[in-house]
Amino acid sequence: MGTISLRNVRKAFGDAVIIPGADLDIEHGEFVVFVGPSGCGKSTLLRLIAGLEDLTSGLIMIDGEDVSDVPPARRGLAMVFQSYALYPHMSVRNNIAFGLKMAGMPKEEIDAKVTHAAATLNLTDYLDRKPRQLSGGQRQRVAIGRAIVRQPKCFLLDEPLSNLDAALRVNMRVEIMQLHRQLDATMIYVTHDQVEAMTMADRIVVLNKGEIEQVGSPLDIYNKPNSVFVAGFIGSPKMNLITGPLATKFSATTLGIRPEHVELLASAGDVNGSIVLTEHLGSDSFLHVDCGEAGRLTVRAAGDYEGKPGDAVSLGFDRARIHRFDSQGKVLV
Amino acid sequence: MATQQTRSIGRIAVAPSVIALFLWMIVPLAMTIWFSFLRYNLLDPNPACSLMTPGALMDEANRCLAGTSNYTYFLTDPAFFKAMRNSLMLVFWVLVISVTGGTMLALLLDQAIYGRNFVRLLVIAPFFVMPTVSALVWKNMMMHPVQGFLAWITKSLGLGAIDWFAHYPMTAIVIMVSWQWLPFATLIILTALQSFDEEQKEAAQMDGTPPISFFWYMVIPHLARPVTVVILIETIFLLNVFAEIYVTGSGGRAGNLPFLVYHYGLLANDIGGASAGGIIAVILANIVAFFLMRMIGKNLEA
Ligand SMILES: Nc1ncnc2c1ncn2[C@@H]1O[C@H](COP(=O)(O)OP(=O)(O)OP(=O)(O)O)[C@@H](O)[C@H]1O
Ligand SMILES: [Mg+2]
Repeated sequence: MGTISLRNVRKAFGDAVIIPGADLDIEHGEFVVFVGPSGCGKSTLLRLIAGLEDLTSGLIMIDGEDVSDVPPARRGLAMVFQSYALYPHMSVRNNIAFGLKMAGMPKEEIDAKVTHAAATLNLTDYLDRKPRQLSGGQRQRVAIGRAIVRQPKCFLLDEPLSNLDAALRVNMRVEIMQLHRQLDATMIYVTHDQVEAMTMADRIVVLNKGEIEQVGSPLDIYNKPNSVFVAGFIGSPKMNLITGPLATKFSATTLGIRPEHVELLASAGDVNGSIVLTEHLGSDSFLHVDCGEAGRLTVRAAGDYEGKPGDAVSLGFDRARIHRFDSQGKVLV
Repeated sequence: MATQQTRSIGRIAVAPSVIALFLWMIVPLAMTIWFSFLRYNLLDPNPACSLMTPGALMDEANRCLAGTSNYTYFLTDPAFFKAMRNSLMLVFWVLVISVTGGTMLALLLDQAIYGRNFVRLLVIAPFFVMPTVSALVWKNMMMHPVQGFLAWITKSLGLGAIDWFAHYPMTAIVIMVSWQWLPFATLIILTALQSFDEEQKEAAQMDGTPPISFFWYMVIPHLARPVTVVILIETIFLLNVFAEIYVTGSGGRAGNLPFLVYHYGLLANDIGGASAGGIIAVILANIVAFFLMRMIGKNLEA
């Protein structure tokens, strides 16, 4: 089992309130991603769950039991740190075995588990090396190995891939997802990279200044953002957010429309403008269109789009795909 | 990446200081070696046997050149063995006390205790006291059998006073020198403790490491390198301790190798013998340094 519930969790450092009050339920076996801009309190929330920070008030339950006063090691969780936090003077084998040794497990059992974990993570050849003799990706795997041998109810991963280069990141992303399926354990994964969030998560938790803005499946969040913040944060390139007369015409304070839901028309669209810049990605082209009062909009066009900067275009919005937000930034239905 | 050109410019740029340093070291060393082969005693009624009067030296070559006799005399002197033993004892015990004491103090100062900055200042203070001053203070204020602070404590406990420098001169010197070197060890170890990775600490916490195991498996290995540095540097300085022994007048029983050289040169006026002793001390120090480097030098490799 590995269900985690937060009830009105609050955290303040002195006068600075970092988490004003969070409620969340995580089911067994879920892959939940905390995403949000830098400094929004993702790590803090994760560390509260881990027990590395004390709650200011509220309740954290694991498998229905209140663990607010249980020390980290006894919560049945394992954490993978951003800097890996491997023990530098211990071999890979001892790094992985250390937690088990501290738990007083017999040596044969530890050896069996370490061997098994090393095989799972392709670390068998490196067991006798020191962390500094490993590459970034291998260190990352050791950190994960250290977590999995403890067979935790839930894995907590704090931006585990942010120190890796882009190609390795994509590989490790896939490996972590496979591992999640294989282990059938709950995972909470922190990232500020919304692409990671979209590709990996069963459910995404979007955080903004310590508040949980929205919780939902990636497509839910993508298609039905319930605030301007979520709309602007999830999706790449960003959703176009239009204010002013054009938004008022749609009876909203802020009008949101994703680049792929804007159509290029010959004339008589919702708004007219001129192309400022075109980005050709091969499969698609993104046009930056200056629409005067409505601001600069991003539009997705076909990969072989031939328009040039300076060309005048007319843009039509897909009526079923527009998002309307009120003056508080909340979605209007 | 230095190019050929910048490298040669670099060499030219550092040359003056290298040459100056070289002369600075090599001239006194060469003179000492030269003297060590002379029969050069200031009490000699015909003090011609010096470098300053080479003519006389040539005339009286037979009388002045001592061959290796200065060395054999020094090495077979029973005082030499005693001085050797004292030197090594002093180095060993001061290292033991300053490293263990320094580790404990550093662990304490690493905690968020009340008035930490003030305590830190207090701990560092002995390092700024000149050896001569510290020796006088210890001899006359701390360890004096009549007016000393330690005597006052033991007497008020009804135990009577200890005359440290009369009965336990070596112990007294070790205490004094340890007091001086404790701050150095504490500072280096404290700096190392403060650089301990926070996330590693938390990882250990997640692994459920009890404090004793944490100290044993994480802190001690982390301290191996700074402690190596402390041992190397302190050894070099401790082999040269002189002022504390001279000022407290403990040379008779607690005299080390430098003190013996002083004894030869300035008490016995035997420049030749003192020079030979000096050269022997240099060689011994190098042997010690060599073994130290071999033993713990691997800790310093990245
Ligand atoms: N020990 C602390 N004392 C005071 N403030 C803290 C402490 N730890 C974190 N904070 C503050 O809490 C806020 C949230 O920090 P947190 O590390 O959770 O951000 P984050 O969302 O993980 O950001 P990032 O993506 O950059 O890692 C920050 O404004 C930070 O300054
Ligand atoms: Mg963080």
